[in-house]
Amino acid sequence: MKARFLTLLVLVAALVIGMVIPAAAQDEIFRVAVVAPSATDDLAFSQSMYDALVAIRDEMGEDAFQFDFQDGTFVVDDAAVALRDWASSGEYDLIIAHGSQFGSVVEELAPDFPEVSFAWGTDVNTFGLDNVFAYTAAAEEGGYINGALAAEMTESGVIGVVGPIEVGDAKAYVDGFVAGAAATNPDVEVNVVYIQSFSDITLATEAANTHVENGSDILTGTAQMVVGPIAVALDDGIPWFGTQTSQAELAAESGMVFQVYDWVPMLNDIMAQIDEGVLGGTSYTITLENEGLVMEISEFAGMEDDAVEELQAKIDELTEGIVSGDIVIFPEEDMEATEESSD
Amino acid sequence: MQAQTRLSWGWLQRLADFFPVFIAVLLAVITSAILLIALEADPFTAFSEMLGGAFGTENAFAETLVKSVPIMFVAIGITIAFRGGVVNIGGEGQMIAGALLGAAVTLGLGESVGWLVIPLALIAAFIGGGLYGAIAGFLKAYFDVNEILSTIMLNQVAVQLMNYLLNGPMLDPESAGMNHIPKTARIAEIAELPRLVIGFGDNALFDRTRLHWGLIIAIVLAVISYILLWRTVIGFRIRAVGQNERASRYAGFRVKQQIVLSMFLSGGMAGLGGAVQVLGLQYRLQTDGSPAGFTGSAGFNGIVAALFGGLNPLGAVPASVLFGGLLVGAQKMQRELGVPAAMITAINGIIVIFVVSSQIFIQRRMQRRAKLEIAAVEKNKFEDTAQETG
Amino acid sequence: MLDEIFTASVFAATIRLATPYLFAALGEMYAQRSGLLNLGVDGIMLVGSFAGFYQVYQGGSLLEGVIAAMFVGALMGLAMAFISVTLKAEQGISGIGLYLFGLGMSELLFQSLLGTPRTVSGFPDIYIPGLSDIQFLGIGQIFFQHNLLVYVAFALVPISAFILNKTPFGLNIRAVGQMPAAADAMGVSVSRVRYITSTIGGAMAGLAGASLSIALIGAYQQNLTSGMGFIAVALVYFGAWRPYGVMAGALLFSFVNALQLQINVIGFDIPTEFTVMAPPIITILALVITSKSKEKPTELTKPFERGT
Repeated sequence: MKARFLTLLVLVAALVIGMVIPAAAQDEIFRVAVVAPSATDDLAFSQSMYDALVAIRDEMGEDAFQFDFQDGTFVVDDAAVALRDWASSGEYDLIIAHGSQFGSVVEELAPDFPEVSFAWGTDVNTFGLDNVFAYTAAAEEGGYINGALAAEMTESGVIGVVGPIEVGDAKAYVDGFVAGAAATNPDVEVNVVYIQSFSDITLATEAANTHVENGSDILTGTAQMVVGPIAVALDDGIPWFGTQTSQAELAAESGMVFQVYDWVPMLNDIMAQIDEGVLGGTSYTITLENEGLVMEISEFAGMEDDAVEELQAKIDELTEGIVSGDIVIFPEEDMEATEESSD
Repeated sequence: MQAQTRLSWGWLQRLADFFPVFIAVLLAVITSAILLIALEADPFTAFSEMLGGAFGTENAFAETLVKSVPIMFVAIGITIAFRGGVVNIGGEGQMIAGALLGAAVTLGLGESVGWLVIPLALIAAFIGGGLYGAIAGFLKAYFDVNEILSTIMLNQVAVQLMNYLLNGPMLDPESAGMNHIPKTARIAEIAELPRLVIGFGDNALFDRTRLHWGLIIAIVLAVISYILLWRTVIGFRIRAVGQNERASRYAGFRVKQQIVLSMFLSGGMAGLGGAVQVLGLQYRLQTDGSPAGFTGSAGFNGIVAALFGGLNPLGAVPASVLFGGLLVGAQKMQRELGVPAAMITAINGIIVIFVVSSQIFIQRRMQRRAKLEIAAVEKNKFEDTAQETG
Repeated sequence: MLDEIFTASVFAATIRLATPYLFAALGEMYAQRSGLLNLGVDGIMLVGSFAGFYQVYQGGSLLEGVIAAMFVGALMGLAMAFISVTLKAEQGISGIGLYLFGLGMSELLFQSLLGTPRTVSGFPDIYIPGLSDIQFLGIGQIFFQHNLLVYVAFALVPISAFILNKTPFGLNIRAVGQMPAAADAMGVSVSRVRYITSTIGGAMAGLAGASLSIALIGAYQQNLTSGMGFIAVALVYFGAWRPYGVMAGALLFSFVNALQLQINVIGFDIPTEFTVMAPPIITILALVITSKSKEKPTELTKPFERGT
């Protein structure tokens, strides 16, 4: 035992000694580093940010914009490691913590590195720090539109929702969806199931099946385990409404309308601020109004042209209503979540 | 002269005992290299990224230590359980139970008792994790329920319990709006475990890193656990039950109580690990709702570290640092080379299998040596008597 | 109210959900009856479900998918046999090792070969002519409107009972699990029997994975099983090492799951955390109740050493 203990000590010591990485030189490239909870191709939250960064890189070119993306880091602690590593390397102009669970990490980290700019979401809190941006999505807006459309479309009068855990923008979307359906047709029954997991596809699939068995003829849902419910929708030939990114390709002929998070305008604004030397302090909310939220009609569903046009007209009408304030999504609720916090 | 040669031989033999573990590590390295080549990544670059990411800079090393702290607590606890003949896979659930009780005490007391809140919270966490572990021990001792299965089930229960509490009764009142994650309020500053800085002034090591006193607590507990297991009656009984339950029963030990006790101690250690994450690192208890959202799988990685540390609390310390480094380094490798960090999970599995499989070679060696030693003693006796008579 | 909860569709979902548990638990039962505890079932299921899915996604037939899943499953079962029979490693822990390997490996394969969640059209539901139309008590819907693998899984229950209790091979398995020394003295190779049962168990765990990815769900994503394999191991204890007991356990467990979904869908006001907690708690209670079973292989987890 003792020998093994000693040898282990030696092994650890040997690893500690000697390994030093040369730091890369600074240059004119705008460098962004992102840590995100799920995979860049999760068809959900993480992918929305990844797609935005790819779009910016395509536009600006690799010699002007580069990014590192660490995905699949749902553990707060692992994210903290990555964030601190990037911050201390001094190589990055902007470090993004893409997940509301990373907030406390940013809160502790940012004061240690006042020269580095951080952005995190989804939340509105910049902690009163000059080098932190916060961003969130008014997911209830697209939820409302999807809910309203679904309530018009349903024949059985029952709609099924598969949610993960009743928190964050998942809750915002689902609540918005329920509100939209209720406002359009109070008789429509919206059944909501939170399966208490972001990842349990089997349970999500069976939840979708249960919805269908209980009369749902339209399904929607949010978070990365919706792959299962989408497969159910496809199997049973019933419409699917989505959120976060476009799931049109996966949902094929079942796909209807997707609320897509487009972070590009927000990121461009943050980058412009950083170029001017402002490292934080702003809290962003992407909305339909500022076109951070985009409602996309599935191009894989094979809908007739006039059906698409009709759908688009309805979406435009609802969007206008929400943007102008004619439509109040949660009439009685305090609007705490969508309020912009300014410091 | 003769004694001296025997001594050097003994040293060599001890090293040879360790040889299978080296082989296991080597095989794991080779397997990783093959996987990396299959993933079209250069193994040498990948390994050096990993090493650099884990130990290359002051901050990297600090992060490795930070990562290893909860693993260490769990590994020490699992070592106690294993020595007591109980396979505790419930580190995840016990960490959560400890963290929940520890956080509740911390938040409840606030600033009312000053810094005393820290020991009180840690005691609460030990009891919380301990009782949660003791459930499985109790079920094993009195109902013959396989502890591996019961602890796995209890892990799932603990996750749901945490999700419920952090999203309901214990939810941070400030974040109770629409967009929130399950988390408690921030703990009072007086309840924070201080950062660990070695040395003073500009030359101080780990300045500006997240390393905290949890590391010291873990090391102290490792020493205490070692003493407990090998220098006290309690430890002797625990180990006796672990080695031979039937013999222990004949010897008059209350085997059932011993099993519950070793699970209580084991769970208590894991519970402390959970609370230390709250008090030393995150300053609040929070999760994203996924099973490993709070623990970061430390409850599982602790098993690997405990085995690798030779089921010795003192061995658990460097082993946890090594695995902490492996995990932190894998993240770096993923960042730099785009190799999925999932590879490390697979490699961890292989390491567990190799290390466990190598035990047989160690045992065979020990048996052979024991035979040789007996033979040598007999021979010496013979020679001695021959000399005396001659 | 009750008729809203206990609908025919809940029972149909119970049958459907029981399928992967049944495959995995029946396979594990063979291994355990021969004295071998394989805790890595979940890892094997994961790799199997990916292999099956990938085969079908690449344009292979569903049958090829099943074969691919069973093949990799058998390989991993064989590896487990080598580790615990030949190398005599501690079975509980090496099983956890196998699980971690499968978990990491399946995710690695998924990320490097697929990259993004995909769907395939899996096994279609087969309506058994005549029987599927029975309206009485919803029997048609509950029992006779499932995909092929569901029928196969339930057919394996009596087949397994027959193999274990009525064939020389089954006798050998039980002998090796209860009295390996006696079996050895009678010329039965303990190692060979355990190698075979472990391989069968692995193949069936692989099949269980395929029954998820290319039948029940028709899609693949990381950690598809979410720990189902561990439940399957528990179900073997639950079922007291008998095929019909395992089936009863799988059905009860799936029923609780289907029921909690139904309760939530029709909008009962119970925090879902508590309904999700129900299955593991029920499993623990069941383990308490069944722990004194006579069928428990006395040599479970003990490596066989000739002459001891």
